[in-house]
Amino acid sequence: MALAAMMLALAMGSVTIPLPDLWQVIQGDGSALHRTLVWELRLPRAIAAFATGGLLAVAGALMQVLLRNPLADPYILGLSGGAAVGALLAMLAGMGALLVSGSAFAGAMLATMLVFGLAHGTGSWTPSRLLLTGVVVASGWGAVITLMLAITPSYKLPGMLYWLMGDVSYARTPWPAFVVLVVSIMLIMPLARNLNVLARGPMQAAALGVSVRPLEWAVYLLASLLTATAVTTAGSIGFVGLIVPHMLRLVLGNDQRIILPASVLAGGTLLVLADTLARTVIAPEQLPVGVITALLGVPMFLYLLHRSR
Amino acid sequence: MSTLRARELIINIPGRADGFALNMNVEPGQIWGVLGPNGAGKTTLLHTLAGLLPARSGQVVLNDSPLKEFKRRDIARQLGLVFQERQDTFPATVMETALIGRHPWLSPWESEQGEDQALAEQALTALDVDGLSGRLLNTLSGGERQRVAIATLMTQNPDIWLLDEPTNHLDLHHQVKVMNLLRNQAESGKAVFMCLHDLNMAARWCSHVLLLYTNGDACWGATESMLVPEALERLYNQRLISLEKDGLSVFVPAQ
Repeated sequence: MALAAMMLALAMGSVTIPLPDLWQVIQGDGSALHRTLVWELRLPRAIAAFATGGLLAVAGALMQVLLRNPLADPYILGLSGGAAVGALLAMLAGMGALLVSGSAFAGAMLATMLVFGLAHGTGSWTPSRLLLTGVVVASGWGAVITLMLAITPSYKLPGMLYWLMGDVSYARTPWPAFVVLVVSIMLIMPLARNLNVLARGPMQAAALGVSVRPLEWAVYLLASLLTATAVTTAGSIGFVGLIVPHMLRLVLGNDQRIILPASVLAGGTLLVLADTLARTVIAPEQLPVGVITALLGVPMFLYLLHRSR
Repeated sequence: MSTLRARELIINIPGRADGFALNMNVEPGQIWGVLGPNGAGKTTLLHTLAGLLPARSGQVVLNDSPLKEFKRRDIARQLGLVFQERQDTFPATVMETALIGRHPWLSPWESEQGEDQALAEQALTALDVDGLSGRLLNTLSGGERQRVAIATLMTQNPDIWLLDEPTNHLDLHHQVKVMNLLRNQAESGKAVFMCLHDLNMAARWCSHVLLLYTNGDACWGATESMLVPEALERLYNQRLISLEKDGLSVFVPAQ
């Protein structure tokens, strides 16, 4: 699936490359135009999309276990809001793409620390408290974003809106996201069985030998890092982190040892497909990929919700 | 074989005076029943003994070291707990739930092997839920879920079994079956410590009884010395009728 989606992403675009030609390009032949298209434009973009989708889906799966809430997504604790404020500030100041990314990452980490600090304040650290703090802080970020959009000169608005909706074309280089994805999966896999136990509730998990508090901290920080990386790569793309783990649970059950790696593949594949659609629907114009994932995600999610009653 | 000791233990019930400090040993082969009215602190005591809640003062000792000095994983290999309330936010099958009992015995990279599977199957069979192993937990009845929880503890196979009202939701036959299972476990060297609401069960199956009063008072000892009608009437603030049948005491609440 993932490979097929990659091939499709390489082949489709404003110039369609037929599969036999694509095969030649992969083998190192083909025309110069096709080679440039595949190796320099489409492949990095497809890898960026795959890595972003994988990051978001894994972060979503982790957040859902951490908050014991199947409706949690990577942004639920206000992380994308912080990143957006960071990115918009940088755009407002007219900074280049690299600084926009850096600023978004800083904003995301700031948001993470803020929620973590506030929810942790008096020592008690329940999922509902974390969730409430996150949701309230997120709406605070929302207000700041609206304010910034309101005072921005109109010629800068389209870029900002595209960023807010999520767009893989912001990805300068796909490698940071890819490396973070691989490293964090390697870190989280030994913890996967612990997460299975944690999903049964913190008391039960402690009774079965899990050090609940350190595990929750690790999961929270890791999920935040994953999300921050994804947001930095491609803006805030909605619904991947919510829908993908959710669908996989319906199909595969709730064993994190299966769900986490499956999230990487499914999330990555979904975003590669969505990005290919975004590039081709009204080519040569491009749609922000966040629009596609939301358009796919909203009905899919409502259907799942309806079916689970 | 492990022994669990309470040393000058006072559990932390918010807003209650210290009451009477607990000094007791739960030894291999013993079956303890904790009796007391709602809110007396039975569950809090169980959680404190499992190291899940801090004590107000005193300590819990596992074998010869304070429980606090153990890692959670090492505790879980020696001591297990069946909760009164359980969270099942995410769907899971009966088999997955039983297998989770193997968690403290497996290293991070290990997955459950045939041996773990066999232990889980054995436990599910012992509790008559082996026919349900592929079913989702949230499709089961309360009594079936209770039996799955006990099977999970059996799969965990610790030396010390703590159970919070293990016969909750169970029909008469399975109440007896569970109590007999606990007796068999005790005979094979486990120590069992459980909260109960049924005086007659405590009388029939427990070797020791701990009475926990709402004001924090407590007394404990061998079952026959503890289950005297006057003490129980004071415990529950309820008049009782006690009957003798074939050498067994039976307690019935008076109207």
